[in-house]
Amino acid sequence: MSAPPPPFQAFLDDNREAVWRFLVSSVGPTDAEDCFQETFVSALRAYPRLRADSNLRAWVLTIAHRKAVDCHRGRARRALPVQDIEVLDTRAGDGAGPVDAELWGAVRELPPRQRSAVVLRFVGDLPHREIASAIGCSEDAARRSLHEGLKKLRAEVAA
Amino acid sequence: MRSQTDDAVSRALRAGPTAREAEAAAAAAASDRLLARIAGEGLADVTYAPVESPFGTLHAAVTPRGLVRLAFPEETEPAMVEELARRISPRVVRSPEPLGQLEHELDEYFSGRRRSFSLKLDWRLIGPFATRVLKHTAAIPYGSFSSYGEIAAEAGSPRGARAAGNALGANPIPIVIPCHRVLHAGGGLGGYGGGLERKRFLLELEGALER
Repeated sequence: MSAPPPPFQAFLDDNREAVWRFLVSSVGPTDAEDCFQETFVSALRAYPRLRADSNLRAWVLTIAHRKAVDCHRGRARRALPVQDIEVLDTRAGDGAGPVDAELWGAVRELPPRQRSAVVLRFVGDLPHREIASAIGCSEDAARRSLHEGLKKLRAEVAA
Repeated sequence: MRSQTDDAVSRALRAGPTAREAEAAAAAAASDRLLARIAGEGLADVTYAPVESPFGTLHAAVTPRGLVRLAFPEETEPAMVEELARRISPRVVRSPEPLGQLEHELDEYFSGRRRSFSLKLDWRLIGPFATRVLKHTAAIPYGSFSSYGEIAAEAGSPRGARAAGNALGANPIPIVIPCHRVLHAGGGLGGYGGGLERKRFLLELEGALER
């Protein structure tokens, strides 16, 4: 029998910021709250079946990625709220510039895999291998999604 | 070759959509709301919280069955939580609220206004022999005491005074299961998992020993 994973509280403390940043980047601050709750409640339900040597960060980001995809689907069915993008205008990151609000709007319009790949790479700072396991594809496919996503963003910003 | 636009895009992506500190605070707040939901919906297997006492801050853990662990201050919280994850379930979370009933009853007990606890207990960290020993220990009335030999005999093991002592020393719920009420037959205090000073303090509080 393999050892159980660390206490859930330690897992939550270690990963809450990465998950939050991932979700704010991919669904915007308004929906990030619900997705955050759903991500960690799903994680809690599945938690005892995990092995101690699992990559917990990649695992929880996989769940967050799925919740973000669900959220985008639900949003596509509803009328599209635009206020998320306005909220983003209050950010004060180092890269703050006129490009940002538009850019993050464009990030959230990317196809799910490309969006997650871009966010996991730049916001989550994950290597290609972990991006691949978080979104459930090969390392090559992850690299391609990242490349395609960046290409679109650059075209968008240059336009 | 990278154009200036490329660099601006990469930089902006790395900076993230909001400031780092603001995000850390937002993530902490979201995590607090999550813990409130976990508690409200009973999704965790074990919940822990600090409890104040004259001995300092104790660490308590409860399950849906009841109080499962009470740790003296020198046992650190991470160590207790680690043990609970290993022995009960890794679904261990911090309680968003103080453990109200436990705090209230301990407060009454330490101020001399309570002689027995009405909290439900979860015995799962206690083995079969230790359970017999500690159940008989729990029946020793406030203000009196018993001996290791007597408790061992009551637990069905007349020559098991030493084994009974080990079971008492490993009591995961001290104070509430009053292992401090078991002494040496000759009148010596015997041992105590939380240190003899505390054993003496509790026996004096209960009036079993003169101050």
